[in-house]
Amino acid sequence: MNFLNFLISGISLGSIYAIIALGYTMVYGIAKMLNFAHGDVIMVGAYICFFAASSFGLPPALGILAAIAVCTVLGMVVERLAYKPLRQAPSLAVLITAIGVSYFLQNSALLLWSSTPKMFPAFFVLKETAADGKETVRNSLQLFDGRLTISFVTIVTIVTCLVIMAGLTMFISHTKMGKAMRACSEDKGAAQLMGINVDGTISMTFAIGSGLAAVAGVLLCSAYPTLVPTTGSMPGIKAFTAAVFGGIGSIPGAFLGGLLLGVIETFAKAYISMQLSDAIVFAVLIIVLLVKPAGLLGRQIREKV
Amino acid sequence: MASLNKMSKASRRNYLTCGLVILAYILLQVMSGSLSSSLKGMLVPICAYVVMAVSLNLTVGILGELSLGHAGFMSVGAFTGVVASTFFQNLIPFAPLRLALGMAVGAACAAIAGFLIGIPVLRLKGDYLAIVTLAFGEIIKTVFTNLYVGLDSSGLHVSILEDNTELAEGGKLIISGPMGMGGIEKISTFTAGFLLILITLAVVFNLVNSRAGRAIMAIRDNRIAAESIGVNVTKYKMIAFVTSAALAGASGALFSMNYSTIVAAKFDFNMSILVLVFVVLGGLGNMLGSIVAAAVLTILPEALREFADYRMLIYAIVLILVMLVTNNPILQGYLGRVKGVFTGKRGKKEAA
Repeated sequence: MNFLNFLISGISLGSIYAIIALGYTMVYGIAKMLNFAHGDVIMVGAYICFFAASSFGLPPALGILAAIAVCTVLGMVVERLAYKPLRQAPSLAVLITAIGVSYFLQNSALLLWSSTPKMFPAFFVLKETAADGKETVRNSLQLFDGRLTISFVTIVTIVTCLVIMAGLTMFISHTKMGKAMRACSEDKGAAQLMGINVDGTISMTFAIGSGLAAVAGVLLCSAYPTLVPTTGSMPGIKAFTAAVFGGIGSIPGAFLGGLLLGVIETFAKAYISMQLSDAIVFAVLIIVLLVKPAGLLGRQIREKV
Repeated sequence: MASLNKMSKASRRNYLTCGLVILAYILLQVMSGSLSSSLKGMLVPICAYVVMAVSLNLTVGILGELSLGHAGFMSVGAFTGVVASTFFQNLIPFAPLRLALGMAVGAACAAIAGFLIGIPVLRLKGDYLAIVTLAFGEIIKTVFTNLYVGLDSSGLHVSILEDNTELAEGGKLIISGPMGMGGIEKISTFTAGFLLILITLAVVFNLVNSRAGRAIMAIRDNRIAAESIGVNVTKYKMIAFVTSAALAGASGALFSMNYSTIVAAKFDFNMSILVLVFVVLGGLGNMLGSIVAAAVLTILPEALREFADYRMLIYAIVLILVMLVTNNPILQGYLGRVKGVFTGKRGKKEAA
C-alpha cells in the first residue's frame, strides 16, 4: 500500500510539473525561446488566487478564474514588451531578457506582497454534516480501511492535468489556431507567406502557457501551501527539466516527462534519500539525455551541410 | 610605437585589457584610504566574479556553448580549496602561500570535475547541453549540502548524508553538511584576487590566440566544417571546458576564503545566471566587457542601496533595457542617429 501511496503522490506532483512543462514546451516549440520567467508566472497566479480568496472572499472557482485571467494578460504583456522586440536577436539575448523578466516578477512580488510566507487556503475539502448536526471537514479519501489515503488535491490535480492534456491536444490538432501554431513551429517564414498572423500566434501561445501556469500555481500551492515570492522558481526549473526530459517542443513529451519526473522524485525521496532526491532526479535526466540526446519523444533533427 | 603598430588588433586589445586591470588595481590601492568600508569589503568578491565571468566567457563566447552550471565549478573549488588550506594550516604558516595552495587545489579539483562532467555534456548540443550543465550544477550543490568532512590528527575523514566522521580528540569538522563551512580563515586579499585576474587573463588570451584557440573558435563558427578539415572536436571542446572549470574553481577558493562561513546553497542556479548575465552584458567573447560588467553589476546593487527595496527591481529593469537596446534593430537605428548628431556626421548604416 505504501508503494501505491507513493505512486499516487508522485503522479500528482508529476501532473503539476506536466502542466508547467506544457507552457515551456509550447513557447519553445513556437517562439524557439526558453521562457525562464514561466516559473514566476506560476507564483503570480498563486498570489492572485490567494488574495482573491482571502482578501475579497471570492469562492475558489472565481479565484482560480481571476488568476488565469491575470496570468494570461501578464504573459501577453511580457511577450509584447520584452520578447517581441527581440524576435530577430540571438537566442542568448532573449534568454537573458527572460531572466531579467523573472527577476522583475520576483522582486515586484517581493515589494507588493512582502517575503512573509502566506498560508494558501485549502480549497479542496469536503464538508460533511453528520446526523447529529456536527460538521466535519474531510480533505482526503480513505480506501481499503484507511490503508490508502488519497487527498482531494491529488485527485483534482490528476484530473485537471488529464483534462488540460486532452483539451490541448484537441486544440492543437483540430482548430484553426492550433493549425497555425503547428505551422509556426515548423517554419515561421513559410507560415507568414501562407497568411498566418505569426505575431498573433506567438502571443496566443504565451497566453495559453501563462494561463496554464496560473492553474499549476493554484494546484501547487494547494498541495504545498507555503507561498513566497520564490515559490515558482524551483518547480519552474524542474518543469523545464521535465520538458527537456520528454523532448522540448513536444506536447506529449512534456506530459510524459512531467509525470516521470514527479514519480522519480517521489520514489527517490521515499526509498533512497530525502536530501539527495534532487540530485537523483537530475542524474536520471542526464542518463536519459545520453541515451536519447533529444529527449524521450523529441525529434532528432539531422544537420544538413 | 613601431612594435605596437606591428601587433595585431587582437593582441593590442589584450594588452589594453591587462593594462586597464593593472591601472584599476593601482588606482584602488592609491585611493584605499578614501574608499568606503562596504566597497572595500567587496573588492575580493568583485575579483572572484571577474574571474568567473572571464572563465564563463571562454565557454559561452569562445566555445559557443551555453553553460548554466558554472557556479557548480566555483562550489567545487571553494570547498576543496578551503579543505586544502585548513589541512595545511599547521604545516605552512605563511598565509598567502596557503591561499595560493588552496586556489591551486580548488582549480585542480574543479578541472577534474569539469573533465568528468564534460564527457557526457559535450556530446549534447544547444539547449540540451544547457540543461545538463544546469543539472550538474544542482547535483554538485546537493552533494556538498550533504557532505561532511572532518580533520583530526589521523587525517581527513569524509562521509555523506550523516556525520559519521568520528573525529578524534581535537579534530575539527571543516564541512558540516547543510551548515556549510564555518570558521574559515579569512586569508583572501585584494592583491591575491588581482593576481588571479591577471593569471586568468594570461591563460585565456594565450589559449584563444593559440592553435587550440583557433580550433575552438572554428568549432563554434561551424562544427561540421571544422570537423571536415580534421579538427578533433571533442578534444578542443574539452580543452576549453576544462580550462574554464579550473579558473572557476580558483575563483571559488578565493571567494570562499573571504568569508568566515559559507554554505553550498550560495553557489546555486542564481549564481550561475548572475555570472552569465555578466558575460552577455559585457559582450560574448569580449573579456574586457566581462570584467567591466562583473565589476559594475556587483557594485550597482550596493550603489543603489538608497533605494534599498527597489534596487533588485531596478537591476532587473536595467538588465531588460540593456538587452532591448543592444539587440533591437529599430532602437539601434535610432541610437545610431543620435550618435551621428553628436559626432557631427551621419551614422554610416552598416550592411546587415
